[in-house]
Amino acid sequence: MLTAFAILIDGLVYAAYLFIVAVGLTLIFGVMKILNVAHGSFYTFGAYGAATAIGIYFDRGWPDAGGFLLMALLAMALGLVLGLILERSVMRLVYGRDEVVMVLVTYAAFLILEDVVILVWGAQSYPTYQPLLAAGNTAVGALILSNYDLGLIATAALIAVISWWALKFTRYGRLLTAVIFDRETAAAFGINVTAVYTITFVIGAMLGALGGAIMAPKIAVTLGIGVEVIVLAFAVVAIGGMGSIEGALIGALIVGICRAAAVHLVPQVELFVIYGVMALVLMIRPYGLFVRAQPRRI
Amino acid sequence: MFNRESSLAGALKSSWLLAALLGAAIFPAQAQNASTIKLGIVSFLTGPAAAPFGIPGRNGAEVLIDAMNAGKVPAPFNKIGFGGTTVEAKYIDETGSAANVVTEFRNLVQRDQVEAVVGYISSGNCLAVTPVAEELKAITVFYDCGTPRIFEEKPRAYVFRVSPLSTIDNVGAARYLLAKKPDVTSYSGINQNYAWGQDSWRDFTGAMQVLAPKVTIDKSLFPKLFAGEYGAEISTLLTSSSPVLHTSFYDGDLEAFLYQEQARALDKRMTIIATTGEAAIWRLRDKMPDGTIIGARGPFGPLAPDSEFNRWFQKIYTDRYGTPPTYPAYQMVMSLLGLKLAYEKARKGDTKPTSDEIAASFKGIEFEGPAGVVKLAIGDGHQGIMGTAYGIYRFNKAKNEPEIVDIMRFPAECVNPPAGVTADDWIKDGMKGAKC
Repeated sequence: MLTAFAILIDGLVYAAYLFIVAVGLTLIFGVMKILNVAHGSFYTFGAYGAATAIGIYFDRGWPDAGGFLLMALLAMALGLVLGLILERSVMRLVYGRDEVVMVLVTYAAFLILEDVVILVWGAQSYPTYQPLLAAGNTAVGALILSNYDLGLIATAALIAVISWWALKFTRYGRLLTAVIFDRETAAAFGINVTAVYTITFVIGAMLGALGGAIMAPKIAVTLGIGVEVIVLAFAVVAIGGMGSIEGALIGALIVGICRAAAVHLVPQVELFVIYGVMALVLMIRPYGLFVRAQPRRI
Repeated sequence: MFNRESSLAGALKSSWLLAALLGAAIFPAQAQNASTIKLGIVSFLTGPAAAPFGIPGRNGAEVLIDAMNAGKVPAPFNKIGFGGTTVEAKYIDETGSAANVVTEFRNLVQRDQVEAVVGYISSGNCLAVTPVAEELKAITVFYDCGTPRIFEEKPRAYVFRVSPLSTIDNVGAARYLLAKKPDVTSYSGINQNYAWGQDSWRDFTGAMQVLAPKVTIDKSLFPKLFAGEYGAEISTLLTSSSPVLHTSFYDGDLEAFLYQEQARALDKRMTIIATTGEAAIWRLRDKMPDGTIIGARGPFGPLAPDSEFNRWFQKIYTDRYGTPPTYPAYQMVMSLLGLKLAYEKARKGDTKPTSDEIAASFKGIEFEGPAGVVKLAIGDGHQGIMGTAYGIYRFNKAKNEPEIVDIMRFPAECVNPPAGVTADDWIKDGMKGAKC
């Protein structure tokens, strides 16, 4: 019973982490059809930004709650600036090009931004544990749960609800949905597709940076953290269906629960299970779980 | 279509290329006269391994080479540079694929004409570079990678490693654990899912099997390298009954695991043995749990024996970088000192020695550095053996600094396989001949 409970909680925590880092990636792909490798850089900048903010804030002994808020706000501000610069200076030049070209462009941006991180923050790692430890823990039988992890689940759920609400019930969400369905028709109806692209890219960047900020207290903020994340985020997005937010949520839950079950029950297959699940889903549904059938244009 | 001009230009280009290739092939083995001695220093300068290993290793090289060039290293290393000639280092980033690392190695040897290459942290890179170093007859000293395979697969002529094998980390850990907790009944492990983590766990469980056959393994976990999130692993360990956890985690993985486990109080239930933990203590400070059994991949850092040489090295390093040297810095310094000694032994007059002459004098060398005595006693005189040490970590609040107490030292012959026996076979056969 305890093991089943542990699998559920661990699966939810891991799913929350995956969903937070994957949601921005899938949003950008859904609207712009760009497989954005630079999403790993947004995550990295968010984590480094949070590390800097937390270092300054907690050193002054100010109340813990403000630290949580500050790291999230600073990371999102960094995502906003970075996303805007990247979209306006690079991405707009390659819109309409082949998808492979766009992947390569974002990969180049990713490599450049990795060096920018070294220029700004150096090669050393930054400890950012204060919020994680300040949050405390809760004992459930023999299991001790981190309150920060429970907060992570709540944050992911909140992001999922806000994303769903924004897409379904706001004007911008409806415009976005129209662009997702058919960019040319949307443009013909007078939607400013270029503005939608810019806003979407910036929101995606902010979500990526937020993911980095939220994870920063749990990890050592060090060089290369964006690489691992982008691989996992791709796996989640591929399972759920490229461009689908509900797909990213379900994909993250599937991967999270399967991985937690593997670690508890058959730890030898932990490494295999994420990609095993992805392969299985793609064998049955090659475009992922939540992608609608696409009409073929002739 | 045949064109005389282009064929002439082609012939000229080809002859230049041939000359360049021949020159590159001949130079490393040829005696030379020059005003400086060029060394290639390879270490992770970017990527996740840079902060804990690569940068301290690079810093160790930088500070020692400056001291050598100023003739300020304690005797018997007090000659300027290498045998009176100053040393010029070229620093190369180890980050990249093995193919890229090999290309950079070739560039150092053939294009930059370095006298020797000192470097490499990743065991995979060491394995990839070894045959190329042998092919180019380039003196190469591995400073951090620990895989025993380098000298177990076949004899090497130009490749050396002063730093000890990774075997000592885990044999030493098992001996320390049983000395301090003789009543332990079971243990668990969390190690990265690649060669380093698997070999570490294999050596530790093998040594435990020999030394305490009744002690059982409870959980053995292998998360992937740089996983970052260890929630499920920590839950699994919280439900385990074993009081001890072995880990060879390093860099960001070690730090992330320790932050996450402290948030869930795992270290209150289990004693953690961190075989590479020393590299993180100055960054983690009070976030390294008190009571952790700490290793340093040899007698390095706070585990180094107290000596004038050690105090000198700690001072020049700390003065320059504002933090004490960790084990990668010691490993780099010991490697460079070994090379310096071999070079000076091989040098006759003002003529630079050839690679063969340096290799001949390097073989089986024994010297005392800041980490104590090292002897290239195994791997046909190419692999160093040293003793090792383990201790208990605690953060000294009064001094506001980390310290390692209750240190136990194990002689080299206690934790290393004898010459001619592979590390794996030695452990499996009951660590015969160990002198503790």
